[in-house]
Amino acid sequence: MNAFFETWPWYISGFIIGMIMLCLTYFGKHFGMSSNLESLCSMSGLGKKVAYFDFDWKANKWNLMVVLGAMLGGFVAVHFMSDPSNVSINPKTIAQLAALGIDAPHGKLAPDVLFGNQIFTSPKSIFILLIGGILIGFGTRYAGGCTSGHAISGLSNLQLPSLKAVIGFFIGGLIMVHFVLPLIF
Amino acid sequence: MKYIKFLIVGFVFGIVLTKSEAVSWYRIYEMFQFQSFHMYGIISVAIATGVIGIQLIKKNQLKAIDGTPIVIKDKEKGSARYWIGGIFFGLGWGLVGSCPGPIFILLGAGILPVVVVLLGALLGTVLYGIIKDRLPH
Repeated sequence: MNAFFETWPWYISGFIIGMIMLCLTYFGKHFGMSSNLESLCSMSGLGKKVAYFDFDWKANKWNLMVVLGAMLGGFVAVHFMSDPSNVSINPKTIAQLAALGIDAPHGKLAPDVLFGNQIFTSPKSIFILLIGGILIGFGTRYAGGCTSGHAISGLSNLQLPSLKAVIGFFIGGLIMVHFVLPLIF
Repeated sequence: MKYIKFLIVGFVFGIVLTKSEAVSWYRIYEMFQFQSFHMYGIISVAIATGVIGIQLIKKNQLKAIDGTPIVIKDKEKGSARYWIGGIFFGLGWGLVGSCPGPIFILLGAGILPVVVVLLGALLGTVLYGIIKDRLPH
């Protein structure tokens, strides 16, 4: 039973994620999380002001249900299936992070420096999270998909545009982690 | 009731992404530092499973659950939008360590500051909706 609480190995996790994509395909839908951001915008009535959001979001209700399920899954996994041994990343990575002043995981999914509740009193932290979110929202809509839509669904269907997008994801991520993060922290 | 299967699929997705720690800021940082195979393994196995599954679906012309043929749309051709949009997303992914799925999963897990990331992501989406026609695609 211990294996259930420890970090799930990549070969099992990867397989299940692939099966989830195939499952949604079998249901006559597709696997893609970022389009839900669009649906939420449309749902708020933004379609009246911006034509891009003027579509029938109710047709994407199924995907909002996937999101709701994912939130419940996250809740259950963190509250009932976690173990202090979790997130045991490379000690070298931990040392590097310490040099930047970023706290080690100790079983947590995210560093307190960025995701602790104290950030609500720090304009700098709020700014960082907001900018990160804007880049994610803008980028995924511009590229027409995120990790699920392009990296998993697109590459599984051998789509060249998805390969371009995924290489773009990595270029952006590498620039951020190697050149920008050290300037912020 | 017709939505229950999507709720279940999402539930499994949320658990797997949390238990594989693909939702973890640390894992994304470690991936971009090339200091662990973990994330690369997850993504590769997911794609390998997907490629085999999609090929089987196409070869056998499998029907969807409701009996209609499964249609998998090709992505629109193009370059600029994929490269530029991809890089923008990557910058955000590297900074806050979560893509759209994990944003919701972490929120469900109770990590409250992720609300700010979600707000940003919605703002970014609105921004794209407004200036879309002025961007190269």
